[in-house]
Amino acid sequence: MAEKPAKRSAHSVAVHYVRDELESLQAELAQNISSAGYSEAAAFSIRLALEEAVINAHKHGNHGDTSKIVAVSWSVTADEVVIEVSDGGGGFDPHSVPDPTSDENLEIPSGRGIMLMRAYMGDVTFVAPGNRVRMVYRKPSE
Amino acid sequence: MAKETSRLRITGTDGLVRVEFVDRDILDEANIRQIGAEILGRIEAETKPRVVISFHNVEHLSSAALGTLITVNSAVKKKAGELRLSDIRPSTLEVFKITKLDRIFHICDTAEAAMRSLA
Repeated sequence: MAEKPAKRSAHSVAVHYVRDELESLQAELAQNISSAGYSEAAAFSIRLALEEAVINAHKHGNHGDTSKIVAVSWSVTADEVVIEVSDGGGGFDPHSVPDPTSDENLEIPSGRGIMLMRAYMGDVTFVAPGNRVRMVYRKPSE
Repeated sequence: MAKETSRLRITGTDGLVRVEFVDRDILDEANIRQIGAEILGRIEAETKPRVVISFHNVEHLSSAALGTLITVNSAVKKKAGELRLSDIRPSTLEVFKITKLDRIFHICDTAEAAMRSLA
């Protein structure tokens, strides 16, 4: 007998960096995550990572131009949440971002977004030339 | 008497200032800029500011909010003052620990404990 395919919800949207649009997107993703049985801690992690990714895309990729869009897609299964965020910029080298936790950078006000994305999602990959990021959160085994 | 703004409640006298957030989420860039300007304005008005920022209501904050707190901390230190953060939920405290900002901020369990430490 064929194995039953895992339930999967997938979405793809384009948002301008307007708070209401981002909140609406966050609410929809939170609903998907909750329905798939993820914990509150997982929801916190995913929300934070998506927030940072969209802000980075808007601020650095689209240079704060609210007429430009940030493309967001995600899929949710019982085992993992995959999110992709891309912008209209020329990309960047993620290895060029200084470590914000080193002593000399600790009191610099900016530069923590990517670090938080990496800390809260299991897998974060910037796709060359760096204007698209793919983040994967894997549900911890019980 | 509390000074009610759209984003903050600021109370206190004689250089001992208590700040609370109205919003649960400190995420929006424009709001964060406004919050920073309000707190920095109050610090500027004090000779030797002693400031407690309570996160009692706060559920989420972004890296931009952390950046503003760093700027506030620098402004307080520049005037030989002291800053305390308090009432931080475990999930948010984890953000401070991951970024190692718990090394530069003095974090107290409650605003009352923070106020006592500055009295």
